[in-house]
Amino acid sequence: MSGETLTSGEYIKHHLTNLTFGKHADGGWGMAHSAAEAKEMGFWAIHVDTMFWSLLLGVLFLYFFSKSAKAATSSVPGGLQNFVEWIVEFIDTSVRGSFSARNALVAPLALTIFVWIFLQNLMDLVPVDAIPLISGLLGIHFMKVVPSTDPNATFGMAIGVFLLVLFYSIKIKGVGGFVGELTLQPFSSKNPVVNLLFIPINFILEFVSLAAKPISLALRLFGNMYAGEMIFILIAIMYNAGLVLGLFGGVLQLGWAIFHILIITLQAFIFMTLTIVYLDMAHHEH
Amino acid sequence: MNINLTLIGQLLSFAVFVWFTMKYVWTPIMGALETRKKEIADGLAAAERGQHEQELAKERAKDVLHEAKAQAAEIVAQAQKRGAEIVDESKGTARTEGERILSAAQAEIEQEANRAREQLREKIGQLAVAGAEKILRKEIGANAHQDIVSALAKEI
Repeated sequence: MSGETLTSGEYIKHHLTNLTFGKHADGGWGMAHSAAEAKEMGFWAIHVDTMFWSLLLGVLFLYFFSKSAKAATSSVPGGLQNFVEWIVEFIDTSVRGSFSARNALVAPLALTIFVWIFLQNLMDLVPVDAIPLISGLLGIHFMKVVPSTDPNATFGMAIGVFLLVLFYSIKIKGVGGFVGELTLQPFSSKNPVVNLLFIPINFILEFVSLAAKPISLALRLFGNMYAGEMIFILIAIMYNAGLVLGLFGGVLQLGWAIFHILIITLQAFIFMTLTIVYLDMAHHEH
Repeated sequence: MNINLTLIGQLLSFAVFVWFTMKYVWTPIMGALETRKKEIADGLAAAERGQHEQELAKERAKDVLHEAKAQAAEIVAQAQKRGAEIVDESKGTARTEGERILSAAQAEIEQEANRAREQLREKIGQLAVAGAEKILRKEIGANAHQDIVSALAKEI
């Protein structure tokens, strides 16, 4: 839909702008009408599209899974229950494989992460213009349908995981143990004075590796999905460049979408596995 | 690509989703899976037990069959023996009976022969007397030689 009125640059920018609700510069509340306006709203603004789609997908996931869980019987499972059980068993195997401590939270957490991120990523396979076109007809001018291309969404989850890592580190090892882990390794010495000198060096190293966990978790998912989305948008631009390029773009989009099925599943799986591993590390003393 | 309140919103909804999954999805499904696992294990154990029992029953049936066969053979042998005995017995009785009948018949024949001989002798005596009478009537009276004739008849 770039055609008549928008240049390619504007088209891309339009596609990468969230539907933002916040406080305008003049003091009133409302939707931002441009990317610049959205930026001016600062922290106290909310991406309505990201929230809407991620909540919709999350509720959809919970609806189907809890429905099948409620009807779950030990006798022969039906279609939906079979599918749900398959996923649950897959998650259970993954958790058993990488998580050695006992914690009832980890497996449901992993299931939520995997399915929710997968569904968010799956929105990437919807043609980039389809939903914005419909919402445009309804008078909503910005619509980013893939929540995981919004760093807010990925950082939201990553910070959630990070808080759990901190919580369990302190719960299992105690405050002293956790601080000790941050300051007394990897360098240590028998001489207390030298040891004291090592503390800041150790802290810098360990703090960076600790902080890298949520950041890498969030940025990996965001980067992959953002790049994938960008390629879909670029391919969509080709549709306006004549019949031959348009057909070529169609082939490219099909190919990229098929390849993307792999990526979205893989990214959901990586996020889940790393969460399990980080939590496992939080449960173990070094 | 602004970091804003959405972050907090996502964090909170993530927490709620995880809580919901834990309470209403994971626990019941794992419970059902656990129960099914147990049921399957029980079923397999029962099947194995059944198989074992079937094997035992087969063994027992084999034994019973063997015994029955042996018994049947014994009964047949006994019956054959008894049959032979009965045949022998009836052969014996038939022989004695036959002998008895034969001897009775022989006795009767002898009796009849004796009787016939007696009658014949008497008839010959009478014939001789009648002959003698005819001869003697010309020479002597019957009365005069009566005692001689009867003595003769008695001698025959």
